[in-house]
Amino acid sequence: MNLAYYPGCALHGSSNDYEQSLRVCLETLDVQLKEIDDWICCGATAAHSLNQKLSLALPARNLALAENKGFQEMLAPCPMCSMQLLKARKALAEDEALRRSVSEIVELEVRGETQVLNLIQLFEAIGLDRLKAAVKSPLGSMCAACYYGCLLTRPASVVEFDDSEQPRSMEKILEALGSKTVDWNYRTECCGAGMTMASEQTVLELSHKILSNAAAHGANCLVVACPMCHVNLDMKQVNIGRHFGVRHAMPIYYLSDVVGLALGFKPEALGINRHFVGKA
Amino acid sequence: MKVETVVSDSASIVPLVESLAHTRIRDCYQCGKCTAGCPMAARMDAPPTRLIRLLQLGHAETALRAQAIWQCVSCQTCATRCPKSVDCAGVMDALRQLSAERGVATPAQQRIVLFQKAFLRNIRRNGRLNELELIAEFKLSTFLRGRSFSFLLKDATLAPELMKRKKFHLVGEKAHDRAVVARIFARCMDNSLL
Repeated sequence: MNLAYYPGCALHGSSNDYEQSLRVCLETLDVQLKEIDDWICCGATAAHSLNQKLSLALPARNLALAENKGFQEMLAPCPMCSMQLLKARKALAEDEALRRSVSEIVELEVRGETQVLNLIQLFEAIGLDRLKAAVKSPLGSMCAACYYGCLLTRPASVVEFDDSEQPRSMEKILEALGSKTVDWNYRTECCGAGMTMASEQTVLELSHKILSNAAAHGANCLVVACPMCHVNLDMKQVNIGRHFGVRHAMPIYYLSDVVGLALGFKPEALGINRHFVGKA
Repeated sequence: MKVETVVSDSASIVPLVESLAHTRIRDCYQCGKCTAGCPMAARMDAPPTRLIRLLQLGHAETALRAQAIWQCVSCQTCATRCPKSVDCAGVMDALRQLSAERGVATPAQQRIVLFQKAFLRNIRRNGRLNELELIAEFKLSTFLRGRSFSFLLKDATLAPELMKRKKFHLVGEKAHDRAVVARIFARCMDNSLL
């Protein structure tokens, strides 16, 4: 399997542990990632908050870069990036005049031919049976709270992935790896996303509810597929505990971490040792 | 809430919001489902349902000055659940853009405005986000505005922790063709609608 890879800024920045673990897993599963040549930032929340045109143009340029190389599919492991890419792709597909003017703005013809996948969808495409067959260390002692956050399933009309209220795709992958999963209430609630720097209070409050609810339902770890969720729930966990006078001790794994562990990799090979919260 | 009419003509703002957000504000029948699911509603001066109502009634200036639009975390729950397919999250984006362009964001929310602006300047320069540069620029711009030493130094202890984990890059990545990025920005910032 050969696909274009749009890492996005986070995976080449402070969330490079996410890139480490997904690369290790995908290599073992014969998936070749071809990083898009000279990709640019998708603009994230700053662009869609301050300039609607930029929030279309920046992802559109990346779509064009991928499709000009003939890629059918591209992996965007950050849900902010993948949502922005899909939103641009949809808007351009629905409006030919818009597609032409955005193509002029980004100096490349954007046809919208490349499909955008999140990491869950890529594991689904690889196949649960194949994953199951590749398991070397079943995750028997794991009792995971699968956390989707906002943008993996929303807006539903843009991302068209799983059920926006009751998603199950991550649970199915975890169960195929031998892990138990818990039913809990905050699977699709927001962790505070891009507010980490500008409004920490928001992150502390929202993420505290998520961590507390996961623990109350018996989870011994939380699994995410988003770099921003990981920053807020892992790096900010000590601050959250201090702020609310409680002690959270919830390891936060990327989906590719748990797949990697089940495939027999050591935590160090996946970058799990670089997380803030260690295994209890 | 005090209603002022100094921003510009309300009647012209609502169509602008609708065209930026590609949605029809008049479609909202005030069921409140957006506010019920909004994780920030409890802290907002004007939660989503009320913001939309302000626009329906022509009080666009009040909406542009609401703290709520900068408290919104863009989680998309409102837009996903709206039974009338009003893109409420898109309306929030449009209001933020207009509020920032007109410089009417409330002082309490300036920090968020400064962050988003620093973010865009950063990617305009580099093509990709440079985290360290962004933090420095954001901290400096908030300090110049509010002279708060505690905010300036807050999280400084995080740097060595991130370094220890090899999550800290002194020199960030840049795109090669930064000239094209600058041209894209220039074309997007000419204030015309697409």
